[in-house]
Amino acid sequence: MTIATGCCPPASGGDDGHDAASRDDAAMARRVAAIESVLTQKGYIDPAALEAIIETYEHKIGPRNGARVVARAWADPAYSERLARDATAAIAELGYGGRQGEHMVAVRNTRRLHNLVVCTLCSCYPWPVLGLPPVWYKSAPYRSRAVLDPRGLLGEFGVTLPEGVAIRVWDSTAETRYLVVPDRPPGTEGWSEERLADLVTRDSMVGAGLALAPERAAA
Amino acid sequence: MNGAQDLGGMQGFGPVAPQPDEPPFHADWERRALAVTLAAGALGHWSIDEGRHARESLHPAEYLSSSYFEIWLKGLAALLARHGLASPAELAAARALEPALPTRRPKLAADAVASALARGAPYAREASAPARFTEGEAVRTVNAHPTGHTRLPRYARGRAGVVERVQGVFVLPDAQAHGLGEQPCWLYTVRFEGRELWGADADAALSVSIDAFEPYLEQGSPERAAS
Repeated sequence: MTIATGCCPPASGGDDGHDAASRDDAAMARRVAAIESVLTQKGYIDPAALEAIIETYEHKIGPRNGARVVARAWADPAYSERLARDATAAIAELGYGGRQGEHMVAVRNTRRLHNLVVCTLCSCYPWPVLGLPPVWYKSAPYRSRAVLDPRGLLGEFGVTLPEGVAIRVWDSTAETRYLVVPDRPPGTEGWSEERLADLVTRDSMVGAGLALAPERAAA
Repeated sequence: MNGAQDLGGMQGFGPVAPQPDEPPFHADWERRALAVTLAAGALGHWSIDEGRHARESLHPAEYLSSSYFEIWLKGLAALLARHGLASPAELAAARALEPALPTRRPKLAADAVASALARGAPYAREASAPARFTEGEAVRTVNAHPTGHTRLPRYARGRAGVVERVQGVFVLPDAQAHGLGEQPCWLYTVRFEGRELWGADADAALSVSIDAFEPYLEQGSPERAAS
């Protein structure tokens, strides 16, 4: 058993063999159902509120929000400046903010500098712009090596940085949340913000990926 | 505390395994775990810091062999018991065995979810004293191993760095996690060279920053930090 990847079998029913503990979905389902039952009976929680929370993070808040922020920063130098100066306010201009994004900082990649975000101590992540963190972000392999061997770690995401590109890792140890603004791909001059946003992947806004090249954008 | 949550710099966990187009949840119980944790937290009996401390207080073997939402549920059960909201016997029986207690905040209603999530819980506070350190100043992190909650990771203790940004005044997790009030203090972005953290073999083009509360910092010597 490789412990603590935090992986779960994919929804398709496959099993990557990484996490024996979470194979027991039935036991976890019973555990959470018991908590829900007790708290509902005691009047502490409203089951309809739980549905509203799930709906929010499953369907309303996700990395498309962050992609719109990045696309605007690429397209609008004045916005980019505001984002650099006060990211919380600049992100709020697009209507995003709140829980786990109360204190935002945007960090911009350049041809000389690559930024990577981690939370070595738990799973701090900018929910309003990226949604809930993926399993890999919360996993022991990522949290342990992001600060020690980020170049090697990036290789496992298929990212090889050119020689001479420095790496800056941001460990989210307080309530500040970081959004990486990836480097704008060449060949996108004159693109609309909507088209640009299609190039901005979730991983690129954590620093675990790069923005897509124009030819790789979803059709 | 030096628990299993403090993973920075550990080795042996193997490669990271990103899943393409990963969905937010991998099983229905994960949806429930997220929602019940947020709804229970909205009752106001514990802070986000006490919640984190409940999770990191799991035995290291249990922490490392649990998936992330499993850790959340185990932490939630501990918090519910500590605050008298639900006993282990009730959770085992899956039904209420004791009368409900008055809660600090009213139950989160479905129509209040959107505004509560949009509001969040800002942790910035008014300054009551000037910041001890300034941008560009050399600092050194303390070498301390508190048994309680701290947000100073082990890999960055006793290390020389530079204050890159003075962020403002924020609630101190070390205090709030233990019901000792907010004790707001200045927060700094402190940058370390990779070689300061990991030795001469480290990537010369690596730097790492943490967000460090003022009690985590002492005055440093400029020549060391600039190297």
